[in-house]
Amino acid sequence: MKIKAQVAMVMNLDKCIGCHTCSVTCKSTWTNREGAEYMWFNNVETKPGIGYPKRWEDQEVYKGGWKLNKRGRLELKSGTRLSKMALGKIFYNPDMPEMKDYYIPWTYNYKNLITRKQGAHSPVATARNVLTGEKMDPEWGPNWEDDLAGAHITGPEDPNIQKIEEEIKFNFEQSFMMYLPRLCEHCLNPSCVASCPSGAMYKRDEDGIVLVDQEACRGWRYCMTGCPYKKVYFNWKTNKAEKCTFCYPRIETGLPTVCSETCTGRIRYLGVLLYDADRVLEAASTEDPKDLYQAQLDLFLDPNDPEVIAQAEKDGISYDWIEAAQQSPVYKLAIEYKLAFPLHPEYRTMPMVWYVPPLSPIMNYFEGRDSIKNPDAIFPAIEEMRTPVQYLANMLTAGDTKTVKESLQRMAMMRSYMRAATSGKDFDERKLERVGLTAVRTKEMYRLLAIAKYEDRFVIPTSHREGAMDPYRAQGSTGYTQDGFADGCDGCGPVGVTAEKSGKQIYEENFYGGIWRD
Amino acid sequence: MLDQFLWVIFPYLAIATFVIGHIFRYRYDQFSWTAKSSEFIEQKQLKWGSLLFHLGVIPVFFGHVVGLLVPAAWLSAIGVDDHLYHLGAVYVGSIFGIMTLVGMFLLTYRRLSKPSVLKLSSASDITVNLLLLFIVFIGCYATLVTNTTTPDFDYRATISVWIRGLLMLRPEAALMETVPLTFKLHVLAGFAIFMMWPFTRLVHVWSVPLNYGTRSYILYRKHSTR
Repeated sequence: MKIKAQVAMVMNLDKCIGCHTCSVTCKSTWTNREGAEYMWFNNVETKPGIGYPKRWEDQEVYKGGWKLNKRGRLELKSGTRLSKMALGKIFYNPDMPEMKDYYIPWTYNYKNLITRKQGAHSPVATARNVLTGEKMDPEWGPNWEDDLAGAHITGPEDPNIQKIEEEIKFNFEQSFMMYLPRLCEHCLNPSCVASCPSGAMYKRDEDGIVLVDQEACRGWRYCMTGCPYKKVYFNWKTNKAEKCTFCYPRIETGLPTVCSETCTGRIRYLGVLLYDADRVLEAASTEDPKDLYQAQLDLFLDPNDPEVIAQAEKDGISYDWIEAAQQSPVYKLAIEYKLAFPLHPEYRTMPMVWYVPPLSPIMNYFEGRDSIKNPDAIFPAIEEMRTPVQYLANMLTAGDTKTVKESLQRMAMMRSYMRAATSGKDFDERKLERVGLTAVRTKEMYRLLAIAKYEDRFVIPTSHREGAMDPYRAQGSTGYTQDGFADGCDGCGPVGVTAEKSGKQIYEENFYGGIWRD
Repeated sequence: MLDQFLWVIFPYLAIATFVIGHIFRYRYDQFSWTAKSSEFIEQKQLKWGSLLFHLGVIPVFFGHVVGLLVPAAWLSAIGVDDHLYHLGAVYVGSIFGIMTLVGMFLLTYRRLSKPSVLKLSSASDITVNLLLLFIVFIGCYATLVTNTTTPDFDYRATISVWIRGLLMLRPEAALMETVPLTFKLHVLAGFAIFMMWPFTRLVHVWSVPLNYGTRSYILYRKHSTR
């Protein structure tokens, strides 16, 4: 057993209002520069819909993630390493998304509004292609399907819908809708890392964040194909791959990611999970895709188990990280309460952003009916509403409706229980047992999901950088350690010691007869 | 005097720039070291251009190694006589040469005719593109046309000897005097591109991911320890 720690995220889709604040704050932090216009490290999709890039969930086209080969061994869906080199795929990658699959970024000719000569009509700002500067008519954008816009056309193209056998009509009265915020999953078994020929992509040993080394990337673009979530992007200006960094400079100092911090609905949770790194490959090779969710759950270790604690310390995880794992909201929601699920476990990447399925597609059913008078009607509805439940299952559990239903039932039960508690009505607590809950746990769930205090949502231990650098020398540094910058030291060094002085001069100034002088 | 410059000084300048330029770029400018693919912007036209060019140019390169660096006497010693050599060089070489030429033509056409690709091309990209097209064209022309119009000329007795002398620090410009113009242009343009090489996108050639086949799939990195 080799225990590693992973900083993971849970999103409570039940509370997502689709406001896109996460996307906008992320963009203004990370991707508001030339070459990155089309990149949204975080985006919010309306489902059902084909998303960004178009039909990203169709791995028969994009060939993302892993598959089991004929001998039952895990292999990249886009082909073996040898095939990539031998078949000339390195010269032309046949499975790569193009910019137009995301969207062609555009801006507006705002200058025209103030510089045009006076004429008979008001001046207009026309859309311009950011790349070429040519006039363009935007035909697709990062959120073209917002709130089911055009869903009668794009909805049936949604791969999750296509897996449902019955015909679904996208009449607005009958359709259901939900939001899906997406970012890099920082997978335990990242296929992007495995796809990178240059070895430029890596998973951080300490917190599991997946990054691209901008110096080592050679722009082969296999990572774009490898990632089934299409969350590794190609910067057309620098010609290198870029992706969500999980805001690691913030995570390192114990702060939540920008998307989590700014989420107005407080739907995001961040916490540490401890897992057995030696068993990841085995879990990802589970034969039946429907068993992958359980296989992934089994990787996580109980942070309160003394044996796990002892092994974690042996594997170099410090005690404050173990403590954080014990209080982790992600551990509670995903593993203890089993409310949250990984997105598309069938891609076999073991994604580390988990989703609590929304009740709203089911609640939509009651729109305009007596839903308030009879809250219990929701239980038969979960059984009855086959389409939305199957849809959620296609996204979250490789089609296994049972586990998704159980999660929805627990949340519905929690609502019912708390409604009774706050309105002073009697509640038969035996009903809780039916869905595997107790009164205490239900209240805990309520506190975490509904009250969602900042300190409960984000339990992030600071990173132990002090072990990797000389903190005394790093005083006043900006964190850069490149050669040619401040003599390659960790920082500017202690105040008063300038780079101009040689080591000998510093030695002579500070060191007398075996005694250091400050 | 001009011969001395063209066939001694200029090649050495080019080789020196090639070596020092690469060391410098590798040490100080890793960030810009990339294949600079434009596949993300345009795929359809790139497909055949890139495949034909790359799959053609690799055998062409090895053909040059054999023809230029291996003395004819060595080859005949292992049983490759002049007739066999010429079969390989002219027929097999031409097939790959034409592949490279067609590929390069498609790539150049694409670069100059697609507004989005042209917009993202730097001056260096376009220069490299045109120069490569010229080199490949004149190379094919020399092999297919000049070789037949001047059957007396044998590059293995002139250019190959000259270039081996150059590399063994015994340069002899006189060897190049009788060489037909097309071959001369091919050689000079070749050295010109070697000179530019470290400062252009061509550096991606040195990034062929040879260890990808044997390394472990998932890579972890720890905070660097001092």
